[in-house]
Amino acid sequence: MTDISPTSADAPKPKAHGSLLEATPLMKRRNAAEKRFHAYGIAAIVVALLTLTVMLFTIIRDGHSAFYQATMTFPVTIDAAVVDKTGSGDVAEMSKVTTIGYARILGESLVKYLADEGLVVEGMTDKEITDMISKDAPARLRDRVLADPSLVGQTVTVDAFTGGRVDGYFKGRVTREIAERDSNVTVTQLDMADLMEEAGVLRSKFNWSFITAPDASDLRPEAAGLGVALLGTLYMMLLTFIFTLPIGVAASIYLEEFAPKNRLTDLIEVNISNLAAVPSIVYGILGLAIFINFAGLPSSAPLVGALVLTLMTLPTIIIATRAAIRAVPPSIRDAALGVGASKMQTVVHHVLPLAAPGILTGTILGLASAAGETGPLLLIGMVAFVTNYPASPLDGGFLDPASALPVQVYSWASRSDPAFIERSSGAIIVLLIFLFFMNALAIVLRRRFERRW
Amino acid sequence: MSYMKFTVSALAMAALSATAASARDQVQISGSSTVLPYATIVAEAFGENFDFPTPVVEGGGSGAGRKKMCEGVGENTVDIANSSSKITKGDYELCVSNGVTEIMEVRFGYDGIVFASDINGPAFAFTPADIHNALAAKVLKDGALVDNTAKTWADVNPELPAQDIMVFVPGTKHGTREVFDEKVIIAGCEENGTLAAHEAAGAEDAEDACMALRTDGLSIDIDGDYTETLARVDANKNGVGVFGLSFYQNNTDKLQVATMNGVVPTTEAIAAAEYPVSRPLYFYVKKAHIGVIPGLKEYVSFFLSDDMAGPDGPLAAYGLVSDPELAETQALIEAETPMEAIQ
Repeated sequence: MTDISPTSADAPKPKAHGSLLEATPLMKRRNAAEKRFHAYGIAAIVVALLTLTVMLFTIIRDGHSAFYQATMTFPVTIDAAVVDKTGSGDVAEMSKVTTIGYARILGESLVKYLADEGLVVEGMTDKEITDMISKDAPARLRDRVLADPSLVGQTVTVDAFTGGRVDGYFKGRVTREIAERDSNVTVTQLDMADLMEEAGVLRSKFNWSFITAPDASDLRPEAAGLGVALLGTLYMMLLTFIFTLPIGVAASIYLEEFAPKNRLTDLIEVNISNLAAVPSIVYGILGLAIFINFAGLPSSAPLVGALVLTLMTLPTIIIATRAAIRAVPPSIRDAALGVGASKMQTVVHHVLPLAAPGILTGTILGLASAAGETGPLLLIGMVAFVTNYPASPLDGGFLDPASALPVQVYSWASRSDPAFIERSSGAIIVLLIFLFFMNALAIVLRRRFERRW
Repeated sequence: MSYMKFTVSALAMAALSATAASARDQVQISGSSTVLPYATIVAEAFGENFDFPTPVVEGGGSGAGRKKMCEGVGENTVDIANSSSKITKGDYELCVSNGVTEIMEVRFGYDGIVFASDINGPAFAFTPADIHNALAAKVLKDGALVDNTAKTWADVNPELPAQDIMVFVPGTKHGTREVFDEKVIIAGCEENGTLAAHEAAGAEDAEDACMALRTDGLSIDIDGDYTETLARVDANKNGVGVFGLSFYQNNTDKLQVATMNGVVPTTEAIAAAEYPVSRPLYFYVKKAHIGVIPGLKEYVSFFLSDDMAGPDGPLAAYGLVSDPELAETQALIEAETPMEAIQ
């Protein structure tokens, strides 16, 4: 050291602070590290986007076909001898004729119409022709006739779905090769379907009933729809909103503005955070024990579903609401208190309105996650086959049995007929659109009313 | 705040309607996922043709359904439990201890259980003995009980294709598993002499010893439903899955069915008792609810009517093997005869 110091004095100073344009090894390392850091971030986003794309792609590929359906249009003569044996025109009397009678009318009319139009496939039996009509069509015709008895004896034009297999043929799910092995469809039926399509009797139409119709049994996948599930989800969301908002806001305001900071409130705080992480099925078990077994509420009801979802989303909403209240600057409170407002006036007149956009955003996001939940609903009987629409809320519709969108996805995915797989994916698309609108609403509310300080 | 008023009135409304609408007007059904499609077909047709609302049908499994029914009598308990196996003594006693003393046992048909493999693979012709030899933990070899080492089906029976053994069997919570154990595994165990060997070896319960399946990953329990089994067979072309007959009939584009003792499973072969692996399907009706829940009796009679459960009805079209003794069951329903106590 000592013999170096004199020489270092006249030597040029070491470049401790070199030119910024000249890269030192350390700087190179730091720059490289920064580049890598960027790359990691981009890679993460790319992976996330890829997963999302693959998921969306498969869902849309499998599910888009649920939105259109092979439909045939043909004239049907409503034979008075079958539907109105007494000739009285009395609806009560006519309702004794079951769908079996109407199925016969439909079948005979189709056979006759095809023969008249010259659409003939060699060796095709009348039963094969009749079997091409969906099992759902007789029920629709029966409802139509019972609603308007003057149709008896007339010839009406009927739009009927084809059976699920024939529909699958136009969607590429069923081929002639498969039909040979399948006991539910014959090759001649597919030949006839081709002929009917050429003649314009059979067309693919947008299937509104997929969105509005109720669920259907395994014998008629083509008729299954989301109507009951959509209503059920809507009812549950409405009720959950009504239940969570006041409870969540009251709890948050008390904890943020009034509660003393002590061990008890700390304990409550820790527990709220813990509850947010409890698996949702636990709330289902709780709901079954409390609301159904103890309180005696009916199972499968949207009210019970909403109560369970309320329990589930409350912690999330309280956390979001507290964050929104905390984001209101203390100066606002100080000013209000300074001009003589009481603590309650401060909160109700100033803090709450300013925190409202944040509270609403948090609540809607909480509701959106609740809307996609199946687990807790499994135990309270909402994973069920329900085909009657729940009544309007004013007529006690919250207590009528209903289904829910995610539940419908689950139950269709476990049916045996492959046509339900397409509907399951179609239901996912509808659920995604539902959630998209909820989240969009949350963003709009935030953008519109948010205030920055 | 206006939303507070809204909330309070909504709560009051909900509470009011809870008391007003407490009378349930639709039948509620719960239970076996094997019976579920049949029950939904009947429920749908019932809702269309009668003035009663469509019954609500839930899945969840035979045992769970029976337990739900046995919770007690009252409108917030289910009316009917679907079941793919006979009610157990434990469930019956649970029912009785909860005041559900009168239960009607309704057998509405039979269901076949089939072995099916990938459509493009080789065809299989099994016997229960083959299945047992392929899947059991211990098999009989040269007169001695040894650990099962068979890797391919040809190891088990030279007439079978030399394809790796991989069987997807229903998990133990399934009603199907009971039939699989009883009609295939135990029957096969008896056929190939392993049962006798277990008895000779002084096993406490020779049948239990028979039912122990190998745990080296060639016999795979599926706890989900048949759609999961199908997905597994689809992914493992060597796999053989255990399915319900109706499920197979709906998926003939992906599956080919194996024969059992040389018999192809069809509803006719099962009705004639030629195909050995089948089981009766039941539902259990809480008699105390008849006359209380509107439409319950009508639904049950409609289910068992010839139009529905008969050999030409929609249930048979879906894959149900109709019960040759249907008329007796119809008479039982008409008389509302409860089942006898299980001793």
